[in-house]
Amino acid sequence: MIRRKELDQDLEVLRTLLRQMGAHVVHALEEAVISLKTLDAVKAQQIVKDDAKLNAMEEEIMDIGSRLIVTQQPVAKDLRRILVAFKISSDLERMGDLALDVAKVTLRLQGQELIKPLIDIPQMADLVQVMIEESITSYLDENTDLAYKMAKDDDQVDQFYSRIITELYGYIASNPETLSQAMLLTLVARYIERIADHATNIGESTVYLVTGRRPDLNQ
Amino acid sequence: MEDIIDIEQLNLYYEQFHALKNIDLDIPEKTITAFIGPSGCGKSTLLRTLNRMNDMITGTHIEGSVKIGGKDIYGNDVHVEALRKQVGMVFQQPNPFPKSIYDNIAYGPRLHGTRDKKVLDEIVEQSLRQAALWEEVKDYLKRSALSLSGGQQQRLCIARALAVQPDILLMDEATSALDPISTLKIEELVQELKETYTIVMVTHNMHQAARISGRTVFFLNGEVVEADDTKELFTNPRDSRTEDYISGRFG
Repeated sequence: MIRRKELDQDLEVLRTLLRQMGAHVVHALEEAVISLKTLDAVKAQQIVKDDAKLNAMEEEIMDIGSRLIVTQQPVAKDLRRILVAFKISSDLERMGDLALDVAKVTLRLQGQELIKPLIDIPQMADLVQVMIEESITSYLDENTDLAYKMAKDDDQVDQFYSRIITELYGYIASNPETLSQAMLLTLVARYIERIADHATNIGESTVYLVTGRRPDLNQ
Repeated sequence: MEDIIDIEQLNLYYEQFHALKNIDLDIPEKTITAFIGPSGCGKSTLLRTLNRMNDMITGTHIEGSVKIGGKDIYGNDVHVEALRKQVGMVFQQPNPFPKSIYDNIAYGPRLHGTRDKKVLDEIVEQSLRQAALWEEVKDYLKRSALSLSGGQQQRLCIARALAVQPDILLMDEATSALDPISTLKIEELVQELKETYTIVMVTHNMHQAARISGRTVFFLNGEVVEADDTKELFTNPRDSRTEDYISGRFG
C-alpha cells in the first residue's frame, strides 16, 4: 500500500492531540472534584486557567483538519478520521468546560463548610474518569467493543446521578438552610453526568470511524 | 427509476486478452454514472461497448449481453448507425469537424435525413443552448469550429451529440484536456443534461466523479469491484480495494 506521507503524518498529529486533550480532561475533572472535596480555591483557579490550553488544542485540530481537507482531498476512512477528530475534539472541549464549571462551584463555596462529606460525587467522578479514558482508548485502538461499553457505563452514571439528586433533595427538605449549597451540588452532579454523555459521544464517533455508521449510544 | 442500460455477464476479449470479466451492471435512466479505476482496468472498454465502438478493433470478441432500452445492442437486427444516434459519445480531445459551427451541429441531423433549413436552424439553436454555448457563438455560426477555444470546442461536440436527440451520452475523459474553468462549465452542463439524458462518464479525476455523479462504479483488472451511490462509495466503500484506490493508497 502506498503511504501518503503528509496526510498520514498529520492524521497522526490529530490522534496525538486528541490523546492529549483526553488526558487533560481526565486531569481537570480529577482536580476539580478534589478542589470541591477540599474546598481548595487555588486548585480550582488553576483549572480555570488551564482550560485555555484545551481550547488551543481544539483550534489546532480544526486548523490541521481543514488544511488536510483542502490540500489532500481525503475520502473514505481518511475523511472519516478528520470528521471524527472534529467531533471528538468538540466533545472534549465541552467536557473541559464542564470540569471547569465544577471548579467554579468550588470558588462559589469559598467561606462555607460542606453540608456533608462528599462520597457519591467523587465516586461518580471516578467512574466518569474511567469512561473518558476508555472512550479515548476506544478511538485510538479503533475498538468498537469498548465504544459500545460506554452505553453501559453511562447507565451506571445515570443511576449515580439520580441517587445523588434524591439525597440532596432530602437534605433540602429537612434542612432548608442547605438549599443554596445543595442546589450547587446538584449542578455538580449534573455537570459530571453531562461529561459522561460526551464520553459516550466519543464512543459513537469511534463506531462511525470504524464502520461508517452512526449508532446512538446515548439512550 | 427504470434501468436504461442492462449489462449481464459481459465478457470481452481483445484477441487473447480478457479485458472485461463477468460484468453485471444496471444503469438507471436520467442519472450520471461515473466509471473510475486505474489505467487498463476496463472502464473505457466497457464505455465503448455501449455504442459498439469496440467493433472497430479487430480481434474483439464479446460474450454476454448489453441491453439498452430492453434491446440487446449486439443482436443481429441492430443497425450500428441507429445505435450511435441513440447513444452519443464525447471524447477526451475535442474533435470538431473542420467545418462551420453551424455545419458541425447540422451534420448528424442531415445524415439522418433532415433537409429543411428551418428545422435545422431550430436544431442548431436548441442543441447549442442545451450545451450552454449558444450565447457565445450565436453571431458567429458561419465561423470555423476550429476557431473556438478548447472548452468551447468540447461544448460544441456535446451540442453535436445532442443534435440527433440521443437517449444516452457517453463521455470518455471529456474534461481531462480542459482548463479548470472550462471543466467546471462542462460539469455544470452535465448536471443540467441529466434532466433529459442518461450520462455515463469515464474519468481519472475522482473528485470530478464525486462532484457530479449520482452513482460510481469502480473497476479493477477488468472487473466491477463496487458499484454504489457516489456519496456512499466515497465516504464508506465496502471493498478495501475501492478504499485503497480512492484514498490514493493503491499500488
